[in-house]
Amino acid sequence: MDLTFIAIFSLTALVVGQFSKGRNWLLLMSSILAVYAVQPATPIRGLDYWLPTLTLGLTILVWAVNRQVGEDYQKQDFYTLAVVAGAVLLIGLNRYIEPICCLTPSRPPVWPQVAVGLAVLALLVVCFMRWGIGSKWGPVGFIVVLLTLFIVLKSPSLAQAASAVLRRLTGQQAALASALDIRWLGFSYVAFRLIHTLRDRMAGRLASVTLQEMIIYVIFFPAFSAGPIDRLPRFTQDLRKPFKLGWEGFWNGGQRIGLGIFKKFVLADSLALASLNDVNAGQVAHSGWLWVLVYIYALRLYFDFSGYTDIAVGLGQWMGFKLPENFDHPYLKPNLTQFWNSWHITLAQWFRAYFFNPLTRWLRSRPEPIPMWAVILVGQVGTMLLIGLWHGLNWNFVLWGLWHAAGLFIHNRWNELVQPRLQPLTAKPWAAAVLAGAGTLLTFHYVTLGWVWFALSSPSLSWNSLLLLAGVR
Amino acid sequence: MKTSPTSSSNPAIFIRNVLLKAFILLAAINLCFAAIHPINWLGQLSLYNHFFPGRIRLPFGERPDLAYNLSLDNLPAMFASHQIHTSGQTSSEFKVILIGDSSVWGYLLTPAQTLSGQMNQANLRLADGRPIRFYNLGYPTISLTKDVFILRQALHYQPDLIIWLTTLEAFPIEKQLASPILQDNPSAVRAMIQALDLPLDVNDIRFKHTSFWSETILGQRRALADLLRLQIYGILWAATGVDQYYPSTFEPPQHDLDADDTFYNQRPPSLIMDELAFPIPQAGIELAGKTPVLLVNEPIYISDGQNSDIRYNFFYPRWAYDEYRQILQTSSQEHGWAYLDAWDLIPASEFTNSAIHLSPQATTLLADKILASVSEMAVSLEKNK
Repeated sequence: MDLTFIAIFSLTALVVGQFSKGRNWLLLMSSILAVYAVQPATPIRGLDYWLPTLTLGLTILVWAVNRQVGEDYQKQDFYTLAVVAGAVLLIGLNRYIEPICCLTPSRPPVWPQVAVGLAVLALLVVCFMRWGIGSKWGPVGFIVVLLTLFIVLKSPSLAQAASAVLRRLTGQQAALASALDIRWLGFSYVAFRLIHTLRDRMAGRLASVTLQEMIIYVIFFPAFSAGPIDRLPRFTQDLRKPFKLGWEGFWNGGQRIGLGIFKKFVLADSLALASLNDVNAGQVAHSGWLWVLVYIYALRLYFDFSGYTDIAVGLGQWMGFKLPENFDHPYLKPNLTQFWNSWHITLAQWFRAYFFNPLTRWLRSRPEPIPMWAVILVGQVGTMLLIGLWHGLNWNFVLWGLWHAAGLFIHNRWNELVQPRLQPLTAKPWAAAVLAGAGTLLTFHYVTLGWVWFALSSPSLSWNSLLLLAGVR
Repeated sequence: MKTSPTSSSNPAIFIRNVLLKAFILLAAINLCFAAIHPINWLGQLSLYNHFFPGRIRLPFGERPDLAYNLSLDNLPAMFASHQIHTSGQTSSEFKVILIGDSSVWGYLLTPAQTLSGQMNQANLRLADGRPIRFYNLGYPTISLTKDVFILRQALHYQPDLIIWLTTLEAFPIEKQLASPILQDNPSAVRAMIQALDLPLDVNDIRFKHTSFWSETILGQRRALADLLRLQIYGILWAATGVDQYYPSTFEPPQHDLDADDTFYNQRPPSLIMDELAFPIPQAGIELAGKTPVLLVNEPIYISDGQNSDIRYNFFYPRWAYDEYRQILQTSSQEHGWAYLDAWDLIPASEFTNSAIHLSPQATTLLADKILASVSEMAVSLEKNK
């Protein structure tokens, strides 16, 4: 998302914030247009049209299978379907309206392809709306589909193979296929939101929402590409509340957007020039300078990501949404557990809710007792591995996940075994302050060293860099 | 004190006032910036030579992300980032500056492999024990006027000797103002043209158009961002010692040549003197004043391929280059310039990606040749003191 998009999104948010009546329709339309507009160009013909279309298609299908027996469709759902279909069709036909072509980065496919594609999607939607209600296996099937798509997109070899298939379908040279061809912007966050609704539906916790609410929730334009990952029940509360932007909301949202722009485009983008990467990691000869590059990387990552969150939260405020926070001074936390409660908070909460808690519950309910420390170890290793793999299927992200799992487990054991013995000492304010300061320093450096796995692309390069940082190379 | 809309009786008025004050401040700061024109002064504020080591050559970079270096047009900032900036005006060293084009700057060479780098490795000393220190002030783009522009700034550092490497390609009048660093510094270059009475047009259309608005912070945002980027890249320069992107492959100089005997639309048998900037070396040497200048005709690639009887290389037809050498030799004798003609010093196999870019080994050959002349000049200078 560049400054032009942020300017357009800000104007849109200000307009949406002025309309108490019809706000949701405006949100629906602007979010649909945004999904197509922000999708980056791909070398595969027409894919930058089909990927946003698939995002919308998946959202509608998941909404259909999430419905329980006895939930009737409302008129508004059919209007929403008509609006979405009309918008998708118009964006496709935009190819033929020369002066304003095109919303997508490249020309959409020719109209027969658009017609066939939309007909197939429409058929699927009708089938799921007709026969998908209350299905037991529908949600499971969609979770499998979403995870499969995720694995294909995040795995270089599978992504390349998928690109080759798509290239053949579009009559392009399969030999030129690359893992970077399929850039599906926002898919990760869309998948998180959809899986959240599917799992809650399976657990019987999902309240009924209209199709319009579901689509706005999944593709809400301020949070579409970089989060935060909101929960559907919380989001719909804001969506259903009457809202009109007042001066205070304008001021608060504006401050947040301004802060986000400063963090992202001034601080993060400047730091990016000198932050650790594959090229400079191999060129640095002195430990001290490598530390500088690693510190810069740590700060850059924080300002970049938290800047985007600030912008999303500010835009949300202008339209009456209190999006969840993603960061809470993570580098100032005294231990790793608190770090993970304050770094990419909504992602950590998602994994806690849909992986860690169910897994540890299941392990504790096993007939043969498993020691608590082992339950925690398995839960933390599994969770952190998945968070690592979410960034990409390669060994470096595995090692980064394991690094954090080890840190969290060590902190857990410290809390269990050592902390109680320090109780008399920590009762003294100065000792508590020293311990907290030391904890913050230690946690920051542990996290920062972990970024060496995250920032670089090969375990050997990361290992050599860690050795140099330790002064043993 | 009212600090937020909630603490104000009328939030709309509060926000209006904030926006109004912000606008007035923005306008006032921009106007002051345009009036004071502090960009060159700001360029002198540098982290180089304090937090980072000074650069060994002037900032120039076509791939900043990989070279940790960038091209900018702020000459004071370029010099402030260079190691010469801390050399001061001490007499603890015999300071020699090298000016010229990309071959002096060291295209495709690491800092240690450049001409100045190799000359410094010779560890020459004067009889009184002072080291002779060489500073690379070459800058890519071939133009005598660009060389003089850099020389003007370099003279603030009071060099003891100037080595000026050049070639015929730097002489055509139409090439003089083709360098972006000249076009982007119109007022300074116009002043130089007038002060040195150079045979150039001060109203040349290639000069960047400036207006009051282009001098505001908004108009200068790119230049300001470049200053910031130069400082940030200092971290990577300090960390890696890299200041240039080295492509894994490059095209060697053209071996087989076209049967074309023209040089900038000039035809044999004689060069048209009005279309060449022969007065500029003289202006540069006069500008140097009492500081001696060693003028070097730099080595060129001499092809033995197709049509090599007509041309030496891609740049030069034989007749034009031969006549140029003769003119330069004669001028040097007439004016008493120290002159070294190294045109055929380097075998054709030792050129990298152009007819003037040398390999590290070839640079060693040239460095040895120039060092011999420098030693002689330094000894005679010391005697005359």
